[in-house]
Amino acid sequence: MVNSDTVLLDVRHLQLSAMAYPPDAKPHKITIVDDVSFTLEKGQVLGLIGESGAGKSTIGLAAMAYGRGGVHISSGEVLLNGVDISDASRKELRRIRGLQVCYVSQSAAAGFNPAHRLIDQVVESTVLNRIASRKDAQARAIALFDTLGLPNPETIGNRYPHQVSGGQLQRVMTAMALCSEPDLIVFDEPTTALDVTTQIDVLAAIKRAIKKTGVAALYISHDLAVVAQVSDKIMVLRNGKTVEFDETRSIIEAPKEQYTRELVNVRGIEHEQKVPSDNPLLTIDGISAAYPGTDIHVLKHVSMQLSAGQTLAIVGESGSGKSTLARVITGLLPPKSGTINFDNQQLPPYLKKRSREELQQLQMIYQMADVAMNPRHTVGTIIGRPLTYYFKLRGKARRDRVAELLDSIEMGTGFTDRYPAELSGGQKQRVCIARALAAKPRLIICDEVTSALDPLVADGILKLLLDLQARENVAYLFITHDLATVKAIADSIAIMHQGKVVRYGTKSDVLKPPFDDYTELLLSSVPQMQAGWLDEAIARQ
Amino acid sequence: MFRNIPLSAIVGLVLTSLFLLAAIFAPWIAPHGLGETVGSVWEPSSAQYWLGTDNLGRDLLSRMIYGARTTIFIALMATALSFSLGTLLGLTAAVVGGWFDLLMSRFVDLLMSIPTLIFALVVLSVLPGNLVTLILVMGILDSTRVYRLARAVAVDINVMEYVEAARLRGEGRVWIVFREILPNALTPLIAELGLRFIFQVLFLSALSFLGLGIQPPDADWGGMVKENKDGIIFGIPAALIPAGAIALLAISVNLIADWILNRTTDLKGGRSGQ
Repeated sequence: MVNSDTVLLDVRHLQLSAMAYPPDAKPHKITIVDDVSFTLEKGQVLGLIGESGAGKSTIGLAAMAYGRGGVHISSGEVLLNGVDISDASRKELRRIRGLQVCYVSQSAAAGFNPAHRLIDQVVESTVLNRIASRKDAQARAIALFDTLGLPNPETIGNRYPHQVSGGQLQRVMTAMALCSEPDLIVFDEPTTALDVTTQIDVLAAIKRAIKKTGVAALYISHDLAVVAQVSDKIMVLRNGKTVEFDETRSIIEAPKEQYTRELVNVRGIEHEQKVPSDNPLLTIDGISAAYPGTDIHVLKHVSMQLSAGQTLAIVGESGSGKSTLARVITGLLPPKSGTINFDNQQLPPYLKKRSREELQQLQMIYQMADVAMNPRHTVGTIIGRPLTYYFKLRGKARRDRVAELLDSIEMGTGFTDRYPAELSGGQKQRVCIARALAAKPRLIICDEVTSALDPLVADGILKLLLDLQARENVAYLFITHDLATVKAIADSIAIMHQGKVVRYGTKSDVLKPPFDDYTELLLSSVPQMQAGWLDEAIARQ
Repeated sequence: MFRNIPLSAIVGLVLTSLFLLAAIFAPWIAPHGLGETVGSVWEPSSAQYWLGTDNLGRDLLSRMIYGARTTIFIALMATALSFSLGTLLGLTAAVVGGWFDLLMSRFVDLLMSIPTLIFALVVLSVLPGNLVTLILVMGILDSTRVYRLARAVAVDINVMEYVEAARLRGEGRVWIVFREILPNALTPLIAELGLRFIFQVLFLSALSFLGLGIQPPDADWGGMVKENKDGIIFGIPAALIPAGAIALLAISVNLIADWILNRTTDLKGGRSGQ
């Protein structure tokens, strides 16, 4: 039995609903979260995990009796310190939010007012609610900045939001939540938008602050490895229902449900590394590039090679120049110097100078599938257009080939007349893959194709890409920041940092010690699916 | 898609269709001829002449119906011209960019800096006064507004990844303008279409009122206000009837345009359930 004195948050049979307004039908009620129950004791951390649409953020916000976009508590109770807050008045809610429960959002940049100094925003709710005088609150904030490992804790508060980095801003937001000494903090994907080496810093800072202040927390994420580092208990959610709820160690080491097992074993793709051939398909030689009108070189003397039918992974954090390299190869950004050879012929640097055959052999898949497809075209048009454009296929021949392509991406012909808005995230990315394949290319540039997807969906896409590679002998230039993905599919790896290739070779060579400093940092920052990994990693660094 | 139409849009749809029906079937509906003098000057409304007679003793209702035909026909033609011209040039300017965009945009700025009505008055008084000239002048002057809107919308769409994907495929400008960008720019443009049509009606009425639009004995609403305006001094409301018709048409088309605009925001998830 749970001791009622130590229970902070008691959620009983929570059901959350909203009205849906589809454009072509009558408004109707939809249930977003159904029959979710849990208790959270003081000082404990509960991790909520699930894919998009699982209802994890909605539950997190319900802990402060808030519903986004018309979501409301339709049945069940949310007891905070023994008081049901689901039907609290607006005045009571104002006392609860910011004093008893605080919220840390995914995008700190959107959460701060760009016109005010950080310190004023951090102490605002504390001062407004008369918990402490402005002077005391500022002293508190500075102590928190120190706990969270921010540089120059005394003065960093005088800066404006745009004057600090993304990882620092996320920590300032955590300080903001901690400043009024609440009982509970809701962390909503606080590290998802950060680079992997920044993520580990922020994660460590959050963990340290939780331990030091003794605050309880709901930690929401789609990444089980991250949640496992900070939580005492984990609740796995799917489609608004509880799948499994247990101690962190049990979830990671002995998951009971099939879905949880899949989440734990994500990225379990086995891939046999191929040996690079002597006659590479793509040779990038000494490429340097800068954006028009600037003289800052985003790429500095980059060289690499890719053999036919193989995968070259380009790994790096934001700002490393990996996407710029893709723009140079496609001809969207002509380089300042260096050459690109494709199939033993030099590619013209300008897109407009390239022949239709050169364009056809080199296709691209984007990160955001929903903006990479024209929302007013059907799937049939999206996949069919390259067939007409490159191969002059029309009528039945084109329809047959579209059906064949839909089949190869494991979707049926029933999708031909659908619009992108009617597809799920994974299906959209599959259609983009089919569009690239339709051109029968010899090289596909994949720019972060799985980073916007849920882990299990991303796994499906990676498996599909590997299958297609085996069947069509197409080479991939795979741009990503995710080392787990790289391990799963790459034959060769190029690690980029600040526009330079810092490490390059076959996968086994690159991932074999001794490492240079940056590769070491990158590799050790990838969250591992085991409890206690974070503490070990921090100790190592 | 026609479920859940708000009341205001239904009113707009009904009134606009009535105006359109009157315009299309004018010769069959109108009880009397266009220039036929049937009674004495400015007779009040009666069972025989529902809206009374005008300054020359012609049946006002018949002239209103023929007037609807002229007014709506010219406004539609001018709107069609201004839209095709403005959209085509606006989208092309956004896609081509560079000197073409610069040249077009500054030329449009130049046209827009001259008050439209004064510009039209000068041009129409120099050029031979016929229907084609009138529609051309109205259409071209109004296309500057459409150009600005189309270009602004297209500049946003032009940087989307699906347009980049089409460029990487090697597609030409015609495909990019008409197949990638136009379908996505259409909804704001259609909503604007209703408003532009109304501005054309008002513009034509103003020109006719000033004597440079439709020439008598042909009827259009602006011209009818002009013919009957002297009656107002004697308390005769004949001038108010065409004026009222202009206002009513403006309002009903606007109600439809509002509805289309609202539907667009719905599509983008603009409706909040808070």
